[in-house]
Order: sequence, then structure tokens, then C-alpha cells
Amino acid sequence: MRRDTRRTGVFTRRALLVMGGQVAVLGGLAARLYQVQVVEGSHFETLANENRISARMIAPPRGRILDRFGVPVAGSRINWRALLISEQTTDVKATLDAFSRIVPLTDYERARIDREIHKHRHFIPVMVREFLSWQDMAAIEVNAPDLPGVLVDVGTTRIYPYSSHLSHIVGYVAPPNESDVANDPVLALPGLRIGRAGMEKYHDLALRGRPGAVQLEVNAVGRVIRELDRTEGIQGDEVGLTIDAGLQEMVVSRLGDESASAMVMDCRNGEVLAMATNPSFDPTVFNAGVSQAQWLEWTRDRRTPLINKATSGLYAPGSTFKMAVALAGLESKALSPNDRISCPGYLDLGDTRFHCWSKGGHGNLDLRGGLKNSCDVFFYEAARRTGIDKVAAMANRMGLGTELELDLPGQRIGLIPTREWRMAQGKAWNIGDTIVSGIGQGYIQVTPLQLATYCARIASGRMVQPHLTRSLGGVIQPGALPEDWPTVDLPDKFLHAVREGMWAVVNEAGGTAAGAKLPDPKIQLAGKTGSAQVRRVSRELRESGTFDSAKLPWEYRPHALFVCFAPYDAPRYAVSVVIEHGNAGAAAAAPLARDIMVDTLARDPANRTEPPGAKLAATTK
Amino acid sequence: MMERRLWREASFDLTGKILRINWLYVLLLCALAGVGYTALFSAAGGAVEPYAGRHLVRFCIGLILMLGIALIDIRVIQRLSWVAYAGGIGLLVLVMRMGHVGKGAQRWIELGGLQLQPSELMKIALVLALASWFHKATWERIGNPLFLIPAIVAILVPVGLILKEPNLGTAAITGIVGSVVLFAAGVRWWKFALVMLPIPFAAKFVYEHLHDYQRARIDTFMHPENDPLGAGYNILQSKIALGSGGMWGKGFLQGTQGHLDFLPEKQTDFIYTMIGEEFGWVGAVAVLGLLAMIVLGGMLIALRCRNQFGRLVALGISFNFFMYVFVNIAMVMGAIPVGGVPLPMVSHGGSAMLTVMLGFGILMSVHVHRDTEFEGAQDDR
Repeated sequence: MRRDTRRTGVFTRRALLVMGGQVAVLGGLAARLYQVQVVEGSHFETLANENRISARMIAPPRGRILDRFGVPVAGSRINWRALLISEQTTDVKATLDAFSRIVPLTDYERARIDREIHKHRHFIPVMVREFLSWQDMAAIEVNAPDLPGVLVDVGTTRIYPYSSHLSHIVGYVAPPNESDVANDPVLALPGLRIGRAGMEKYHDLALRGRPGAVQLEVNAVGRVIRELDRTEGIQGDEVGLTIDAGLQEMVVSRLGDESASAMVMDCRNGEVLAMATNPSFDPTVFNAGVSQAQWLEWTRDRRTPLINKATSGLYAPGSTFKMAVALAGLESKALSPNDRISCPGYLDLGDTRFHCWSKGGHGNLDLRGGLKNSCDVFFYEAARRTGIDKVAAMANRMGLGTELELDLPGQRIGLIPTREWRMAQGKAWNIGDTIVSGIGQGYIQVTPLQLATYCARIASGRMVQPHLTRSLGGVIQPGALPEDWPTVDLPDKFLHAVREGMWAVVNEAGGTAAGAKLPDPKIQLAGKTGSAQVRRVSRELRESGTFDSAKLPWEYRPHALFVCFAPYDAPRYAVSVVIEHGNAGAAAAAPLARDIMVDTLARDPANRTEPPGAKLAATTK
Repeated sequence: MMERRLWREASFDLTGKILRINWLYVLLLCALAGVGYTALFSAAGGAVEPYAGRHLVRFCIGLILMLGIALIDIRVIQRLSWVAYAGGIGLLVLVMRMGHVGKGAQRWIELGGLQLQPSELMKIALVLALASWFHKATWERIGNPLFLIPAIVAILVPVGLILKEPNLGTAAITGIVGSVVLFAAGVRWWKFALVMLPIPFAAKFVYEHLHDYQRARIDTFMHPENDPLGAGYNILQSKIALGSGGMWGKGFLQGTQGHLDFLPEKQTDFIYTMIGEEFGWVGAVAVLGLLAMIVLGGMLIALRCRNQFGRLVALGISFNFFMYVFVNIAMVMGAIPVGGVPLPMVSHGGSAMLTVMLGFGILMSVHVHRDTEFEGAQDDR
């Protein structure tokens, strides 16, 4: 009995020991719970919220681009899209069949939809069709009972009301690529587009706006349970252009089928009123993606529709360069306005003979006569007296062969040769190079934009820079007033001598562009023709007397150029025209420039606050 | 003395037995089932179906089963101990032959529409068998190593079979429960020390022969942050759920981790996490307190019992319940490796509930027959 009592005592002690152990262990669990839940609670609360709250950004509406009168040239259009949530329909095929009866779907689209349904989770909407018309959208809404899982959603798409007429200025948008997204994750938002060219590219950041945010509660597999918070995005700034869209259309239509470019600039402040390049392209195509066939068509076209000829086309300026030579000569005292130079039809230098375009020569000419007749010998001699470096410096100063402060990507600089430049090529400068430079040939290359700027600087005497942005977010940008620009540091009499020569070109009998005289005698045009050879004409050919550049194949014909400004007595508008392979500047470019100038003077966009006809339209409404 | 003898004669009186049932203890079990009902209602997103309603039905069946067993004479149970043990071993062999494979292990068999986990039944049968083996043994006999050998074999055979399923967690729990019964029976301290010493080496050996999924479980437990979306996901999400519950919880049906499906298996293994998320530390500790009362209540029944068989059975069953509670709760807070152990009477699942209630039935029978004498047994008082 005693021994068994001992057994009982052992049991009791050990059972109590076990109970003590249990209490300790459970107490330990409670303490550990206190550590996890109360001490580290806020940390885990953050993690729980990170789990459940998914913040997503909303693409902001892209800012509009307007012309100088507030007419939209790039805007956003509502894009109705039909989406399908596959889990909300019992039979995807039947739903799509029903959808096809309202809006027919092609087999190709059906295959894409099936593919996307299989790729994504079943609660993620798949795009069935976008760019629905309002009627289609309404029909889908009305037939909603037959279309389980189909919902209509509103997005935006970029539209360009002036299409190809402004595509080289306005540019276009396209979906961002991977490297864009790597730099700015906001770009990963569906539907967001990035400016790829033109003003869309230059002002891309301002146009993009600020994205909104939406906080969603999601479950473990990412299904959205409810929306917790929403902040709408802020639309991008409006960009106001200096362009007059109406004038731009007129200029484009004047260019017709020519491979050409034309610019209209406000002489006093450098505002570009029109910048046309022909042919062009439809910028909307880039929004969805360009087909390979379209791309090949563009790149194979020798008239280069994708290149903005006004800023990126390089041409020898030809005789339009002669004002720069004259100004360089006048400033360096190598030439005075009354110096007379005799033209026998050629200039001999050593054993090389440089011809004047007029075989018989022009006789004895002063500067005014030299410009009026576009006498080559006069400017051979002027360039020889002045020296190439001074000519180049003057050309650069007037905007030729130099980088201009244009707010448009893709500008090319061109070239005005100097001794130093030639040395850098490892060659010595020849006096003969100076001679041909005197008539804007040889190594010289400039753009139509530079020619317009050059003409505007001569006409206004101000160092204007061409620009396309007039206002940003409604604020007029500096540069709109003539006083914003410094004056050209040249005596007025020099500029006047050159302008007078340009006046004579158009308004005097025998001037090279006498046919370009304006119809209204009160407003006078001053200009200068130019023809730029693209191929050297041999002496034998020239002396044979049968040479006619119009008979050459198109791509060997010289380019036709014309620069002009008006009104002569109070210069306001400068125009430059380059017609590729258009032959003579006088015959092809000058009449076109005159017509453009007539249109410009009639609209007079620089002196208006509303487009012409706006008042009329308002009163007739 | 006279009165007590009368009690013993009257021990077959049904009314007397019903009066001797520990109704307070039954009430505690009902409360625990109520906690389970509430948690499962929330786990179903605020609906009775599919979990809470069935849970209630199972508990009612379990309760009837328990009360029925409570009325069976403890001596009958003792006589059937080795039969139950043999039956448990038989089922374990059966499950190896034709059991269903879940997570790479053969664990359960279908028996009349009920999924039966023989290893759960085996633990109770083992407790019965060991108690039966020791209940007549004198202090001297217990000190005899030869007498202990059959008991140790009786533990090792089911442990080995469960390991082979393989179900590491349950095998370990079975071994621990058996050892605790041995300890309470009076096996000398130093013998335990002798067995404990080689355990680290055995653990290394076992680890090297584990299934990949088991080893992964231990590895993720050691370093859950290495694999937040893979095997560590469960532990991490469970800790996030518990931790975000804070002191007072997010409120009933307001747990984001549970209701947004971040918490895996929230109606079974991770039900306690759900409680901790919605009712906070206060709620979690209250449930822990209830569980502790059930464990300690069982231990008190063991202490109160006057026969050695009943004492050892009550202690073994209470300890088995304690192991469930400890393993489950420690698992959900990431203190031990995850291993499919439900929280008894709270988690969704029919077989576990019935097994646990079966155990409580035997426990209650011990209580009802706490003063019953065994023929030929030494009366300890």
C-alpha cells in the first residue's frame, strides 16, 4: 500500500509539473501574440494595406495645340470602346455573335479577342472594338441584355483636324516604347501617348499633364473589390502656335503637286505664320501604328514626305545669297553702294573663266543694278574683294548656315564654308571657291527656314529668331514683340541699299522677278530670285548654246528659290519658297511666293486677333 | 467508508452517472464550438453556408457521441484498450495500402462518406493502451527496464507507421503524447534524459531523409522572407493578418486579409489567424484562455480520478488536446513549421471534430467513473 501511495504521489507531482509546463507554453504563445499583434502591429498593418490597396494612376487628357487664333490643330476625341469581361458571360461565343449582329467583327478580330481572353484572368476586360460611332455605342447599350459581359467605356484618341497640312509642325503621338516607360513609369498607363515629332514632341512634357490616381481595394488574385479614393488627372497645358492654320492651308494648296516648301514669317518678331512642306503625311496614322506598306511607300518616295523640307531640306541658296555678299562687302568697306563693276559676261581668274548667267554681260552696274539683274560677275567680284570669311560671318549673322533657335526638333544647320572649315578638311581654300560662293553655290547649303529668317532680318533690321510657340498654358511667351529682339548691328543705309535692290528685282522693268509685282500699287514687294544647280554644268554644254535645264531629268534640274518681303515701305511679312528641281527661281518660285504674299497680306494674320471670317460666321449664325 | 462503497455499487445507475458528468466542462466545449461557429461564419464571408452550419451539426453529433461514451463503464473501456490499439494499428496499415494521397502523403481513408485519419484515432488508442499497461504496475515494476520495453515498442510502432505515411507532425505529436503518459506513470527521470540525448542526432538523420515538401516547410519556417510568394507565403500572410489585427482587431467580418483571400486555408488551419485579425490580441487571448481552461480542466479530471488507468487516460487525452492547440497556434504565428494541424473544434473539418469529441467522451467517462475500483487493481488510497 505504501508503495502505491508513492506511485500516486509521483503522478500528482508530475501531472502538476505537466500542467505548469502547459500554462508556461500557452502563456508564451500569448506573449508572442502580443509581440506580433501589438508591438509590431503597425508594421503588419502597413503590409496588410499594401496587400489590399492597389494604387493605379489615370492617364490625364493630353493638352490641345491651337493655332494663333485658338483654332485647335491637335485635340482629343472621345473614343468609345466596347470591352468584354469574359467571366460575366456564360457563353463568350454567343455574346460575340450577338455583338457581331450590331457591329460586325472580322475573323481576324475574333481571333485576337479569343487570344486575349485566354491570356488574361477572366475578370480583366478585353477590348472588343474601339472607335465606335455614337450610333453603334447606343445600339450596344440598348441591346445590353443580349450582350452579357460587354461594357462600353470612354477613352480618348488624338485627332488632327488639319491632318497632313500641319503634320510637320504639329507632329504626332505614338504609344511609348520600353525605354520611355523605363524613364517614366507614368507612361505605362494604358492609352497614354508620347509626342514623337514636331510640337507634340517639343512640348511633350507640358502637353502630358499630371496623372490622376485611384485607390482600389483588390483581393489576393488582383480582382478589384471596390474603389476607395479617386483623384482626377490634370489636363496638359494648351500650346498656342504662331501658325495661322487658315493661311497654312492656303500656302499648302498653292504648292500643289510640287516637291516644295514655303514659309511665311512675321519680319518683326520671327513668328512663323505658315510653314508648308509638300508632300506630307497623315499624322493620325501613328496613333494606332504604321503599317509596313505605308512606311515603304513613304520612304521610297523621292519627294520625301516624311522630311520637313522647310527645316531639314538643304539647298544651295543660289542668287538669294547675294544680299549677304553685298552686306558683307558694304560693312567691310570692300564695296560701297555706288561702286560700279563692269560685267562682260564672265570673270577670268588665272586660267579659269567664271560665267555670268547672261552670256552677253550686263555692262556697268552698281549694287542696285547688280541685285536687280542678279549679275553673277558683280557678286564674283564683290566676294573676291570682301573675302570668304567676312562673307561667311555676315551670312551666319543673318541666319544662314547657323543653328536657329527654332522650337521644333529636327532642324538642320547647313553650311557656309570658311577657310578654317576647309583647312579642317585638310585642303587649302582656293580663290575660285570664294568666287562661286559669291553667287551662293559651291559648298554653301541652307534651309528654307534660314532663308526666311535671313529675309526677315534684312527687312526688319532685327535679329529675329523663327519660332512656333506663341503661348503656353495661355501665357504669351517672350518674343512676340519686336522689342524683344535686338537690332541687326548694321548701318541703316547698308540695309536700305540692299532692300532697294530687292525692290528693283520685282518692281522695275528688267528686274529678274518683274512678273512677281503685286497687283495693288500701294503695297510693294521686294525679293530676290535664286536657282541652285544640283549638278555642275560643263563649259562645252554651256557654250554649245543648246543647254536648257528644263529638258534635264527631274532630279537633275536646278532648285528654284525666291525670298521676299512686303510691304516694302513697312516690312511685315517675309516669305521664302524653294521648289525642288523647279528650274529657274524667277519663273517657278517668284510667282508662287507672290501669290502666297497676296494671300498673307489679305489675311494679315499678324494684325488680327481673330481669323478672318470669324465675325462673319458669328453674325450669320 | 460505507457511503463510498454504496457509491461503487450504484455506479451502474444511469441517472447517477448523468449527474456525475462534468457539465461545466461540457459548457466549455460548447463555448469553444461557438467560437468555431462564429469564426467559420466570418470565413464564409458572413454566411452560415458552407462552413458554420455544418460545423454546428457535427458538433451536435459529436456531443451525443461524447455523452454516450461518457456513460460507458471505464472498466469496459480498459478491457477494450488493446483491442482499440490493435484496431488503430490495423487502420494505419490499411491507410498505407489504400489511403488517399494528399500533399504527397497517405493520410486518410474514406469510411462511409467520412474521411478518417487513422493517426488521430491512433493517438487515443495509444493513450488507452499505455494507461492499461501501467494501471496495475507497482512503483518497483515501473522501475524495471524490462517492464518498460513493451510500452516503448507500443509507442514506436504507430510512430513509425505514421512517419511512413509520411506525416512528420503527427508522428512527433504521437511520440510526445506517449512519452508524457510514460512520464506521468512514473518512469524515472534519468531514463528520459537517456532518450533525449540522441534526439539532436536523430533529428539531423530525419531531416536528411525528409520529403522535399517537408524540408521546404522547415526551410521556409527558418527563413520565410526568402520566399515571400512561394512556400513562405502562408506564414507571411498569416503573420500580416494577425499583426494587422492589433490590440482590438478590425471587427467582425472586417478582416481584410481573410476576406480578400490573402490568408490561405482560413477555414481550416488558419482559422485562429482569422480570429486574431478580426478580434485582435484581446480576442485571440480570450480564445487561448478558453482552450487553456479545457486543457487544464482535463488535467484536473486526471488529478481527481482515483484509479491509475483513469488518471493516465485523462492526462493523455488532455495532453493530446494541448498538443493540437499548441502546434496550431504556434504554426499560424510562425513559431514552428507549418504542418496541417487544425485547431480542434474551431477549424472546419468533420473527422477531426469527431476524433476530438471521442477523446472527450473517454475523458468524461473517466470523470463519471472517477471513484470506480478495478478488480485486482491496487487501490491507491
